[in-house]
Formats: sequence, structure tokens, C-alpha cells
Amino acid sequence: MKKMLNVALPKGRLGEKVYDMFEKAGFECPSIKENNRKLIFENEEAGVRYFWVKPSDVAIYVERGAADVGVAGKDILLEYKPDVYELLDLDIGKCRMAVAAKKDFRDDNQRTLRVATKFTNIASQYYLSKGRDIDIIHLNGSIEIAPILDLSDVIVDIVETGTTLKENNLEVFETIVPISARLIANKTSFRFKSESIEKIVSEIAAQTEVKK
Amino acid sequence: MNLNESSLSFNEKVIFALRSLYRERGYSQYKMSKFEEYDLYARNKDFLISDSVITFTDTNGKLMALKPDVTLSIIKNLKDHPDCVQKVYYNENVYRISKGSHAFKEIMQAGLECFGDIDNYNICEVVSLAAKSLKTISENSVLDISHLKLIGDIIEGFDVDGQGKKEILKCIGEKNVHELKRVCASLGVADESADIIRLLITTSGKPSDVLPLLEASLGGKADISPINQLKDIIEGVDEDVRDMLRIDFSVVDDMKYYNGIVFKGYIEGVPTSVISGGQYDRLMNRMKRKSGAIGFAVYLDALERLGMTAKKYDIDTLLVYSEKDSPSAVSAAVKALSANGSSVLACKKIPEDIKYRAAVRLSNCEVNPDEKNA
Repeated sequence: MKKMLNVALPKGRLGEKVYDMFEKAGFECPSIKENNRKLIFENEEAGVRYFWVKPSDVAIYVERGAADVGVAGKDILLEYKPDVYELLDLDIGKCRMAVAAKKDFRDDNQRTLRVATKFTNIASQYYLSKGRDIDIIHLNGSIEIAPILDLSDVIVDIVETGTTLKENNLEVFETIVPISARLIANKTSFRFKSESIEKIVSEIAAQTEVKK
Repeated sequence: MNLNESSLSFNEKVIFALRSLYRERGYSQYKMSKFEEYDLYARNKDFLISDSVITFTDTNGKLMALKPDVTLSIIKNLKDHPDCVQKVYYNENVYRISKGSHAFKEIMQAGLECFGDIDNYNICEVVSLAAKSLKTISENSVLDISHLKLIGDIIEGFDVDGQGKKEILKCIGEKNVHELKRVCASLGVADESADIIRLLITTSGKPSDVLPLLEASLGGKADISPINQLKDIIEGVDEDVRDMLRIDFSVVDDMKYYNGIVFKGYIEGVPTSVISGGQYDRLMNRMKRKSGAIGFAVYLDALERLGMTAKKYDIDTLLVYSEKDSPSAVSAAVKALSANGSSVLACKKIPEDIKYRAAVRLSNCEVNPDEKNA
């Protein structure tokens, strides 16, 4: 019996783009395009099973072996440091992790910097590397309002176009790291399903090269 | 002593099998206490899988720790005999943070260590035993081998600081070619040198395919003596497990402690590595020992879900008796029912939530099917 390759896709527009790349790579599963609420789709002939999961959960599915491969943002990989292989930069879902603050913000080194963020590990590591003393404030959403309400001095968050920042009178002060979607693989699966995984890597690498 | 194999859990069977495997090759069991002075771990924090340790103050005021690791204790307690070889194996509980739950867990770990004048034969033996340990657990397993000297020498040749080397090693461990390109460019590493690392990341598989390819590609660009050593080792590994070996340079360990051959074992169906080991002469050196050392650990907690089929029944037979039945009659019935190795629970009232294969009732010293609770 052919070994099925389990693929965790991030729900949403990015996931749809990723599926198209997998389809072109020879891992098609037409039922995934049906308009329904199913979360798992399988094409036994192509030896592939896809499932939609919350984007921030993809790395967990892959690390724990429920998925053999998946696509996760570099932000999630940096924040949670899952023990997985990072095989390819898909060059889509591009944005950056940045420090933003009110336009008139000036960093006063005499005071502890208050940083509001969803990405506490990335922010802590960034300021540790700069030797800056910070007070981390972990928020789960609406990060942009933290400096406006004087909850924090700066925020560390993902910036795509910068429109949300602009509308809230904030601007980017520093870029921490560029972000894009990455193809990740479980370390055990890489050894036992190497043929399929290597095929995906080479086919998708060829697609991203063409785009460049 | 009568030991019914069905009463053993999968992990217990594995432990017994590993014990006899290691004893066959002259390894003797090493027993140790549950506690160790915390200072031992504080000095070698990076060697530990997780740097959080459960500590407590002993009655004499010393800060103690529940062992998060076995190797450090063995090195500390075993006498240093650099001219000969000492072989020990262990199965011990260790206490460390479980990656999934982020909480402390008691974890059963087995493994072995070989100290002293380590030659290629000793390395072959340890690699063979690691592969055999995997095979004992599952036929669908592989042992991936790498050589830290090959990677280390290449990276040492780059004009980059410690942090830069760490970043390059991280890329190797993640098979992350795109990030390697970015890191090497930012560190000013020449493209040609970065290509050698890229080759190591992307070339993995059967030794007979990988090693000649690397030899041809690296000849003249790097010292290929580690490749020759890998060839010798693989040739010396027991024939019955040689097929399980793969070369994969993404197996990297902290170079502060490890050197030479390192390896990790994987079993199909277990998402993380089950075996991890290698040569750790540098750790020995840090602990002021003259001996060389090689060993490995088997993470038995990773096997929890392997070889386990959901239990359909808690017991085989439920024997219901009443106040009228004498203890000797109940005892005789239990003995008769369990003669074939079945489990029998004798009770007057059936416990709630218990699943049994069959229920029987005792009346007037006779056992009859219990229609009511069948």
C-alpha cells in the first residue's frame, strides 16, 4: 500500500496558494476545492491527505508527526522553535517582523522599554541581542492600540502593508526580520517518506525559482 | 519465578530486551542515586536536553537536584582509566521538562556509555548496539550517522565568530539551505565555502551512495579523513543492522561537548528521535578526564504510543460471589479460572466503569455464567 503523505495547510488565502503549488507539484486533491466545511481531504491515488489547520498550529501538527509536512510562517517558527526541518522558503506570504511606535516616539535609554507583542520570544531575543532592558507585555490582539493608550512604548508585530499602523498613527522604527511562508517537515517523516518529500521540495523549489 | 509476558508493558519488555543486548557485549549495569549536587548541572547546562532542573536543599544545606541526566553522573562517579575501556549500561528515571507539556516529567531512560581508550572497534560496537536497540523496538527504524569533525573543520575554516558558527550549525540542523545562504552572505562567507555546507545539508541517504559522492566532491576542499573513518565504521558494524544506517549531516550536537561520530535513531510512527548519541571527548575534557567516551541514550518516553493497542478489557473474568461463599471456595474458583493465565477479579459487587470479557457467578462452590452481568 502506498504511504500517504499528510500535509497541514494553513487555513485562509495563503493556504489556498500553497495548495496550488502542491497541486502543480503532482499532489492534486480536487475535492479540496469543493465548497464545504470539511477539514480533511484525501486523494489515495496521488498518495496525499491535506488538512486545514489554524496557521499558528501548523508547526505543532508537523513537530508531533500528525502531519509529515506543512507550511508555516517564519514568525511562528522563530517564536515557538519547533524541532522540524525547514526545507524551503516559498517566497509567498511575505511581510516583516518590526518594531513600531507613535510617530513622535524617541527611545530613552534611561528607562525600561515597555514592549507590547504577541511574539514574546522574538521580542525578548531581539532586545537581549541589543542589550536593552525591556518590560514585555503579552497581548493576543489589537496590539496597535497599546502605545496609543500608553500601555507600552513600542510594539513588536507583523507588518504587511503598514496600513493598520498608519491608521493608528504609528510607524515602523526597526525591522527585526523578514517573514515569509516556509515548507517544514517532521524529522522522522523525512526519513520514512523521503521520496515524496524530496519530490515536493524539488518541484516547489522549481516553481519559486521561475517566479523570481 | 513465573513471569507472564502479557503482564509486561511494551516499555518493560523493551527494557528487558535492551538489558540482555548490552550484557551480551560485556556492559555491566550502573546504578546510581536519584539525586546529584546541582553544581554538576550548573557547570554543564548546555549538555542537558532542558536546562530546567528540580532542585531542593538537603539537610546539610547543599543544593541538590533530581537527576535530569545520567551521563554526567556516570562520568563524575566512574574512575578515570584512560588506558583501558570501561563499559556500562543503565536504565534510570530522569526528571526534566517534557517538551509538549512544558511541565516536569519522570522519564525512563536507558542507554550505555563506553569510556577509556576508544578505538574504531569500540565505535563500531556502540553504533551496532544503537542500531540493534532500534531494531529491538521496531523493524521500521533507521540510524542516521554524522561526523562532527568534518562539519567542525569546514566551519573552523570560515572567518566568523562563535555566534556566526552557531547560526551556520543551526541551518545544518534544520536542513535550511535558504537561511544558510542568507547567513553566509551576511557573515561574508565565500559562495564556494557556503556551497560545501549546502552539499552536506542536501546529501543524505545510504552510505554506499552518499560517501563516494562526498569524497569526490570534497576532495581537495576539505580534510576527508572523517569520511574514511565513517566508511571503516560502517564496514565494521554488525551485518544484520548495516542496512539500517544512513548518513545525514543534519545530525549535529553541541560541539562544546561532542566530537567525531554522532548519531540519532528514528522509528516509523514516532515523531521524534528515539536514540541520540555519539563521541563526547570534549565533555570528558571539560570534566578533567583523560579518557575518551562514546555512548547513547534511548528515550523510552518517546515509545509510549508505540506497540500499544487500546485495551478492550480491564480484566478477563469477573467472579461474583456472595456472603454465603466461603473464602476457600472463592480462592479455589479464582485459582481455577486464572490457571490459563487469565486475569480474574473476585468481588461481591461489580465496580462501576470496569470492562470485563466474561462474568461468572459462584454459588454453592460452583461457577456458572452470570446471565445478569454477561
